[in-house]
Amino acid sequence: MFTNLYINIEARGIKTGFSFLNERAGFDISESPIAYNANSSFLDSFIVGIANTLYVSIFGIVFSTILGVIIGIARLSKIFLVSKLASTYIEVFRNTPLLLQILFWYNVVLVALPNPKQSIQLGADMILNNRGFSVPRPIMEEGFSFVIIAFFASIALVVYLSKVAKRKFEKTGVNTFLLPWNILILFSIPLLVYVIAGNPLSFDDPVLQGFNYKGGMTYTPEFLALAFSLSIYTATFTAEAVRSGIEAVDIGQKEASSDLGLSAYQSLKLVILPQAIRIALPPIISQCLNVVKNSSLAAAVGYPELVTIFSGTALNQTGQAIEIILMTMSVYLCISLIISLVLNYVNKKLEIKGR
Amino acid sequence: MAIYEIEQSQKSPTNTKGPIKWVLDNLVATPTHVIFSFLILGLLYITIPPFITWAIIDANFIGTTKASCTGDGACWVFIIHKMDFFIYGFYPESEIYRINWVFGLSIIFLLLFKYTGKTFKAKIALFSLFPIIAYFLITGGSFGLVEVPTDKWGGLMLTLIISSIGIVVAMPVGIILAFGRQSKLPIIKSFSIVYIEFVRGVPLITILFMGSVILPMFFPEGMTFDKLLRVLIVVTLFQAAYVAEVIRGGLQAIPKGQYEAADSEGLSYWQKMLIIILPQVIKVSIPNLVGNAIGLFKDTTLVLIIGLFDLLTMVGLTSIDSHWTGFATEGYVFVGFIFLIFCSGLSRYSKVLEDRLNTENR
Repeated sequence: MFTNLYINIEARGIKTGFSFLNERAGFDISESPIAYNANSSFLDSFIVGIANTLYVSIFGIVFSTILGVIIGIARLSKIFLVSKLASTYIEVFRNTPLLLQILFWYNVVLVALPNPKQSIQLGADMILNNRGFSVPRPIMEEGFSFVIIAFFASIALVVYLSKVAKRKFEKTGVNTFLLPWNILILFSIPLLVYVIAGNPLSFDDPVLQGFNYKGGMTYTPEFLALAFSLSIYTATFTAEAVRSGIEAVDIGQKEASSDLGLSAYQSLKLVILPQAIRIALPPIISQCLNVVKNSSLAAAVGYPELVTIFSGTALNQTGQAIEIILMTMSVYLCISLIISLVLNYVNKKLEIKGR
Repeated sequence: MAIYEIEQSQKSPTNTKGPIKWVLDNLVATPTHVIFSFLILGLLYITIPPFITWAIIDANFIGTTKASCTGDGACWVFIIHKMDFFIYGFYPESEIYRINWVFGLSIIFLLLFKYTGKTFKAKIALFSLFPIIAYFLITGGSFGLVEVPTDKWGGLMLTLIISSIGIVVAMPVGIILAFGRQSKLPIIKSFSIVYIEFVRGVPLITILFMGSVILPMFFPEGMTFDKLLRVLIVVTLFQAAYVAEVIRGGLQAIPKGQYEAADSEGLSYWQKMLIIILPQVIKVSIPNLVGNAIGLFKDTTLVLIIGLFDLLTMVGLTSIDSHWTGFATEGYVFVGFIFLIFCSGLSRYSKVLEDRLNTENR
């Protein structure tokens, strides 16, 4: 079998080995979070691909989790219309292929948006048209690093305060309600530093020039279609995980907590959620892996992530299929390995201890 | 002596049962209920009527050309006109009756399968007979049928072929992989683990690329290897890893006593696994197995990216037809609707199956 491989590779005049990575790639990439042009090497295009994959995946993970948790809770609502709407949402978006949803948003909805001259204005300087969604780009000036430091410092302060409160609770049984204080700390300290440092943040607004908007940050229709459908599709699975997590908590737990005199909020926070999370979190984490893997469907709309750039364009240019596809696969394998390590860690943390 | 009269029974007050009670309980029980109910009614009001107007009231159903579509609504004429294309792809028009035969036969076989009762051999015979007949009918080239090459296959028919073969063939492969993962032989065990984790860690599209680009390189020159066959192999191997993982979950749910009891009965390994363990595993794994099958059915749309003409590809192909431009929306809605019916049908069926196989608490 491997002799066949050698004969075939020689007959097609394909080079072998990974030396091609240092050669000039010679193609442009429409959007890239890091510096890249046609003179960059194939290795650079590989890195751009990974960066774009992670970029769109993080978008998908964040929005699908938020949406999924909301829909999952709504599904269990006692209000008839809310739970019906949530279950219809799950039924429809779960049972149609993701690729169909991506193509639908890309070819039907986003194409139907007006051209740049008749753009839809959403709030201040947010512009939606058929070339994408433009928002002001934040520019960090000198001194902004202080704001970031202040932000992390306030997070540390909040963590410290809650530890102190917990110790006090364990010692004396007096519960300190910290939430408003925490919010105040998280917002006020960075804001104060921001003002003292002299407003070190400015925005580059998108401006109409000729036929298109220049400046600002533009999310292309490819990115929007992909991120949007990934979030909507994955949210249905997250919602189901959340629902089954909450439903799995025995009804006696809720009754017992109200017998103990806990308020609805206390019983949710102290009794129901800790048990529901143990069941719901593992499937939600494995949905993150699915988002990363499903982002490869970008190949259908041409968003330049790993599969599109590297297994598509770079493969066509070099013909070194084996090396390129193995490299692509190993990136996904690494990501899946990391996610399963996280999952194992979380499972261990959530395990019921003792008994 | 007191005389007791039987009191006439009264109608229950309207606020404890009936539609009014339902509305009071479910829509307007508390202020929060009222706010949410009105918000959602508003949302439904701005989305549903326009959709119905587009899809039914303003839509055109009758006609033969683009000119028949005059209203602002959907042009279902396009779907009806292209229906053969959506279902059979490029399959020659004169041979389409063969596909209809296969569709018809599948229903007859399903009914036969259902009413043969518990005769296991008859079921096996039916189960193996159908694919053979379907294969000869669809490919042709024998029994006086014209041969239809696989690059002419397409549409719903191709989607169903890929997904059903993938689902059915992946079952035994996946079961063997799951057994392999529990094996005490280190080579078999490590091979199964590496295989399952590798396949589950990479996206299907990269495996499809591997099948379409790398696989041909391993075969001697001149030996061409049908594209559809390559996709079928790849899809089956992909699905097998997921089936193996589901079966593994099922295996873990089987109490140890079952293994020990089978061993003390003197059963061999395969007798123990196939007669005692597997039936119980399948029973507890049904929901996840069906879930995976639905996943594969949706994932068959990915063959679009490597250039096969499945149901979803047909939307793109038909909407660039110069006589029928601009009807992509109708195409996507139609194809989405087909997937919706198939997938939610399957998941409903899995619930029925689950209840039927649930032998506890009878």
